[in-house]
Amino acid sequence: MQKRKILEEKFFLWLMRIVTMSIILVFLFMMAVILKKGFHALTWEMVSQEPQGGFYFGKGGGILNAIVGSLYLASGSTFFALLLGLPVALGMNVHWVRKTRAVNAIRFLLDALWGVPSIVFGAFGFALMAYLQIRASLLAGVITVTLFIVPIFIRAFDEVLRTVPQGLMEAAYSLGANKRQIAFSIFFRQALPGFITAILLAFGRGIGDAASVLFTAGYTDHIPQTIQDPTATLPLAIFFQLSSPIPEVKARAYAAALILTAIILIISIVSRLSTRKFKKNIL
Amino acid sequence: MVALQRLIIPSKWADRISDGWLNIAVLFLILLPLVIGTGLVIKSLPLLEKVPLGAMLSSSDWSPQQGHFGFFAFIMGSVWVTLLSFVLSAPVCLLSAIYLTEYSPAWLTQAMYFVIDVLAGIPSVVYGVWGVLVVVPLLADYVAPALGLTTTGYCLLSGGIVLAIMAVPYMLNMLMEVLRSVPIELKEASLSLGATYWETIKWIVLRKGLTGIIAALSLGVSKALGETIAVLMVVGNISKVPSSVFDGAYPLPALIANNYGDMMSVPLYDSALMFAALILFVIILLFNSITNIFLYRIKEV
Repeated sequence: MQKRKILEEKFFLWLMRIVTMSIILVFLFMMAVILKKGFHALTWEMVSQEPQGGFYFGKGGGILNAIVGSLYLASGSTFFALLLGLPVALGMNVHWVRKTRAVNAIRFLLDALWGVPSIVFGAFGFALMAYLQIRASLLAGVITVTLFIVPIFIRAFDEVLRTVPQGLMEAAYSLGANKRQIAFSIFFRQALPGFITAILLAFGRGIGDAASVLFTAGYTDHIPQTIQDPTATLPLAIFFQLSSPIPEVKARAYAAALILTAIILIISIVSRLSTRKFKKNIL
Repeated sequence: MVALQRLIIPSKWADRISDGWLNIAVLFLILLPLVIGTGLVIKSLPLLEKVPLGAMLSSSDWSPQQGHFGFFAFIMGSVWVTLLSFVLSAPVCLLSAIYLTEYSPAWLTQAMYFVIDVLAGIPSVVYGVWGVLVVVPLLADYVAPALGLTTTGYCLLSGGIVLAIMAVPYMLNMLMEVLRSVPIELKEASLSLGATYWETIKWIVLRKGLTGIIAALSLGVSKALGETIAVLMVVGNISKVPSSVFDGAYPLPALIANNYGDMMSVPLYDSALMFAALILFVIILLFNSITNIFLYRIKEV
């Protein structure tokens, strides 16, 4: 009996070890494949030039337009997500901190929205464009992506704000501060590292998402000059190039995937480092 | 800084502006799901008025040119690919989460957090590229021939595998959170009664965390249900009800994404695609709400 118990424990322990290792291995393997395939096709031309004529048939040029387009789109929508999200996240933790039920209801709503697929936002953005009579453009893309990343940003920032000690608020009140001052001067400063992480998380989502901009941002070979120009994005550039039958164009898709992965990795490393740097000022 | 601020805007006005801004932002967010739902309903009304809802959901006759819009094949495609990714990722995540919270050395758990972070950050189009590069040829050249079948590799199983890998970071993260919330006193009591460590996990931790585990697993899966681009790239996009995992399928998100180009030329086509988006929206909102109710209940206890 005792022996069987020990055997069972050993069996499951090894099974769990193998499974955990296999997750790490799949992760490393994935990175290795992207790196290996992408590195062959990666040239300086790819990141420094707009597509030339016949780019999608294997001729010269690069995907600078998509890289810049993605950055524009992600920065614009992160900015608007910030405008909408920052007060809500602060309000949930300062203004209505006693109204537990209302705050929980908002959290619940945001969690439900968090899981809504980006293609649904894309379709809604398309319907909205028809209603507002704007055509596929940077502006329409920014609006759609903003709606998509606002819940992600708020929930991420909210989780950080919840860890701010309540004593801090009481101390500030006793010194005569009002709600706005507590929110923006104390809670915001206290949660600054988490705020940066939340911003970068939302930014990363904005860069990486393809489905929501499929209908709304359009596609072009040029860097957009105004917010009414259509814009290319990196995920869509990858997607279009990969569906090409020409091997050189396909190889470029791998290179573009490598660039996108590199951008995301840089963002996540920067967020880790900056978190550490700003932690110095935290109680 | 404060003095400068006083010079520009008097404090009273700053309070009013910030309060107003706050109220507008909250109102906007509360109305957002409602607006999205209404917008999609309005756009899909032309189709809903013409064809009865039941017929549309149960028919698999998809020929927009003739005005036949049957969603059954797409719904089944979504259901199968989601189920498949669930079957592939849930046991792996559960075992791994138990290991990482109960057994593993601290450095490994830390390393795993990094892996989870990066995996969660990788855009779905990159998963798609990886699927095309690795999973599709693997299935076409090795797995299917070994089973005596032929396939192009662009099939339900490829979609399931890619989605399973995409679901891992979400599921693992939430499962670890749930397992860590099991009170340590319960474990201590069980161990002091002479149970082995594994028995404690099996009878105490898993039972105590059951609702949370179910909720975490289903949230991971609902994430998988809506992933568009990754699925679209590997699943084959064939609009018939799949009969085996090596058949091509055509899930709802792929349907919407693939046809946006020519939907304006065919009457009611755009309405049909908006209806597909509405189905996805309603399913996922319901699903997420139910699972979140479970998760919130656990956190409050």
